[in-house]
Amino acid sequence: MSQILTDAPQSPKILPIHVPTDEERKGLTKKEVAADHPTWCPGCGDFSVLALYFKLIEKRKMHHEKITTVAGIGCSSRFPYFVQAHGAHYIHGRALPFASGISLSRPDLHVFVFGGDGDAFSIGGNHFNHTARKNIKMTYCVMDNWVYGLTKKQTSPTSPLGFKSKTDQWGAIDYPINPMKQAIAAGATFVARTTHTNPNHVLQMMEAAMDHDGFSFIECLSECVEFYEGAFDSSNPRKGGQFNLVPPTHDVTDEGAAYKLAGEAFPGSFGIFYKVNKPTKNAKETEINKSMQEKVKGLKDWEILQKNFDRMK
Amino acid sequence: MSDSSVVAPNAGGAPKVSKISEAVIRIAGNSQDGIQAIGGFLARLAGRSEQEVMTFMTIPSTISGGPSIFQVRIGSGEVLSSGDDADVLLCFYQHSYEEHIKSLKKGGIVLYDSDHIEAKPEWQKDYHHLGIPISSLTVEAIGGTAKDKGKNIYSLGLIAKMFDLDLPKLEKLITERFAGKDQSIVKNALAAFHAGYAHSLGNVLETFKFVDSKGKDGQQVVMNGNEAIGFGLIAAGVRFGAGYPITPWSDIMELLRRELPKYGGSFIQTEDEIAAISMAIGGSYAGRVAVTGSSGPGISLKTEALGWAIMAEMPLVVIDVQRGGPSTGMPTSIEQSDLNIACFGSHGDAPRVVIAPADVEDCFYSAIEAVNIAKKYSVPVILLTDQGIATRIEAFTEPNLEKICQDISPTFTPVADHKPYDLSKADGITQHLPPGTWIQSGKYPIVTGLEHDELGHPTGSPKLHMQMMAKRRKKLQALGNTLPTPKVYGPPEGNVLLVGWGSTQGPIKEAVDRARAAGDSVSSLHIKHLNPLPPGLENIFAGFNNVLVVEMNDEGLYGFGQLGGLLRQRYCDPKIRGINKTDGLTFKVKEILERVKTNVADGLRKH
Ligand SMILES: Cc1ncc(C[n+]2csc(CCOP(=O)(O)OP(=O)(O)O)c2C)c(N)n1
Ligand code: SF4
Ligand SMILES: [Mg+2]
Repeated sequence: MSQILTDAPQSPKILPIHVPTDEERKGLTKKEVAADHPTWCPGCGDFSVLALYFKLIEKRKMHHEKITTVAGIGCSSRFPYFVQAHGAHYIHGRALPFASGISLSRPDLHVFVFGGDGDAFSIGGNHFNHTARKNIKMTYCVMDNWVYGLTKKQTSPTSPLGFKSKTDQWGAIDYPINPMKQAIAAGATFVARTTHTNPNHVLQMMEAAMDHDGFSFIECLSECVEFYEGAFDSSNPRKGGQFNLVPPTHDVTDEGAAYKLAGEAFPGSFGIFYKVNKPTKNAKETEINKSMQEKVKGLKDWEILQKNFDRMK
Repeated sequence: MSDSSVVAPNAGGAPKVSKISEAVIRIAGNSQDGIQAIGGFLARLAGRSEQEVMTFMTIPSTISGGPSIFQVRIGSGEVLSSGDDADVLLCFYQHSYEEHIKSLKKGGIVLYDSDHIEAKPEWQKDYHHLGIPISSLTVEAIGGTAKDKGKNIYSLGLIAKMFDLDLPKLEKLITERFAGKDQSIVKNALAAFHAGYAHSLGNVLETFKFVDSKGKDGQQVVMNGNEAIGFGLIAAGVRFGAGYPITPWSDIMELLRRELPKYGGSFIQTEDEIAAISMAIGGSYAGRVAVTGSSGPGISLKTEALGWAIMAEMPLVVIDVQRGGPSTGMPTSIEQSDLNIACFGSHGDAPRVVIAPADVEDCFYSAIEAVNIAKKYSVPVILLTDQGIATRIEAFTEPNLEKICQDISPTFTPVADHKPYDLSKADGITQHLPPGTWIQSGKYPIVTGLEHDELGHPTGSPKLHMQMMAKRRKKLQALGNTLPTPKVYGPPEGNVLLVGWGSTQGPIKEAVDRARAAGDSVSSLHIKHLNPLPPGLENIFAGFNNVLVVEMNDEGLYGFGQLGGLLRQRYCDPKIRGINKTDGLTFKVKEILERVKTNVADGLRKH
């Protein structure tokens, strides 16, 4: 007869530690929530995204233990190291399924995912589509710099035609992905666009995304000063560009209108393009569980399994 | 059929009834004929009669059906394999008849559908032929539309008569099987069964009766290996997982998808295998050992993420139901060719745990062991089964679920301080704290695939890289020290030691029995823990002149299969050699014995 060689591991012993109650707790200060000093190049757009994430944590009085920051690989994806909270630095392109594993098994957490355009739309492109269509609850902020930063200036799926990179010395020839169109078409239920040069707007979008019950996607333009300097100048009023908000008349539940906004020539509009409420996968799975558990009500786990075994005699 | 030789028909008189202790029945037809169902009924009946049973089936690789067989070996004593040669062959078509007659023992009985099969005169003297117009008799019994449906149940009736099987128990099984469906379906099935049972087998043959089983202790449950793994994971407390469909792994994911919601858990179908393992790792990170799995190409896709889980030291269970490879390979063939990818598949030095269950019962317990090792050592554990064990049905003593089922829900107990990659532990074993855990020091952990310091922050320090590398290695060495040395089957010293892993345990043991009965000095050793290996193997090997590793994989460039290579690397022992094959079928006992003979002879010449 077989035997189990390893005993079930014991739960750790409970230490007498006083955890402050919610009333005793103040919002975290920037100092408490900042971890390693970012390794980004001075002037990199990613700094402002991080600063605004800190602001969001502070403003929304999130507690350390409830913050879960996930990323793939890239300059922008180093994000979790800079946040003093639970976090995971996963592999290139696969942050979304990893984050889905957390989201679907831990309804008490709101998961934030940060990453780059290559991570999101090249190697991770298929995961983007499926996480969006399943409407898995989490916030995904893509720091789009139109280039591969970490690997030092190769063409990215969002690089515009003609961009001279190390892999396209004569200028990019492949038609770029439009992240907003991609998100709308994939079925994301919250789709917003912002830029690192407008901090208030970034924070607004982050808050709205966090409050959305579903897969919330933000494309945040974030300049790579090292390999694509000036990419977004025409969206920055301080550089003589234009920062246009989504017109107040825009109906965010109108998919066609959202798609049209997404098709505007750069710099386009900033704000929430699309937002609808649809049941999340999280909610649907919970619904299935409820109805299945109704049938085994009052039974212990082993008794539920016993019923299966009784049928196999 | 042991204890009985099939005798010539006794002219005119009543058919002879012979007592037998075991029988091998092979059913050959097309997959849509429901031959798996006949096999399933027989297996379940054996389980309920406290008999031992083992089955073997082939499934066609095309969806629309095609030739398929199901072999059942039922015994009152210990049944180790599904049997080399059949005592009875039941066949439905000319192709099944011609293809499988050779699998019948000389003097065996071929029961054939004379509506579709023309018996060959040249085979009549070697095998007892019994032609019955099964198709038309089934139509007669249950009506015209049932042309193909029901002839399996009709045949079950014939077999029940031939082996004097327990009628009420079979009726109950049939009723249970079709319960919940239209009442007329149950009625039809029973009508077909009774018609078959009532059909006179004529007086040309003897019938058989199993001697009473020695009686197995306690109730028996009957299931296949995939089911045993799925239920084992549930018993172990696994409540989250993700997968992508591929044969033969899909059964496990379908079972978990169906069952886990009852326990408040979920199993998610993802867009591909990379997403599947990633989602499972995310689930483990969130606090509870999660599971993913696949077969063939899907395993290859998972290796980058697996490397992350090893680096980040995340608990995880990966089920690999091996099939013929490489690439899409032989999707429905049995092979044991994933040992290398299981033990080494990743870039970099990436130690992980690999366990291979030996039979269906072992699948259940190994799944629990895998979960517990993953959790205790915070490491991915790969459970290697194969197409053979996945689909074969066995009966085993019902586990005490109340005692066995475990709760591994995460606790979020606050801690004063925490280092996920604490280097001060001599054995290298550390545990993660899931998000949601409050840490008083205000220093929170990052889990990462970059080389890291004790808190999980990236480092380029060669010293830390070496220390962390040692940590990941040492914890597996610590596990290795706790593993039991496997027991030798047969005398601990002798001429030949057969070494096996996974689903070949049965035929190897049976080969030992047969060789010893013939006076040859053969023993065997079955290795379940493949990475790390258990201690003490070198002492066992020292007791034998030849160590022959029996595996269903290729002999490789240098003449050793995958376990053979691993053992040679570990023990540097030139007497370790291989008996390998890749024909996609389980080892037959006589095949092993023949190969032992030639291998020992060859080996001596080379020495
Ligand atoms: C499987 C795999 N392939 C390639 C790489 C190398 N790699 C790391 S980051 C990256 C692209 C980074 O670009 P992006 O996602 O836009 O992030 P950024 O650095 O621009 O923030 C690549 C190709 C990798 N880490 N893993
Ligand atoms: S290379 Fe570009 S994206 Fe990366 S840190 Fe520097 S500026 Fe930022
Ligand atoms: Mg980029």
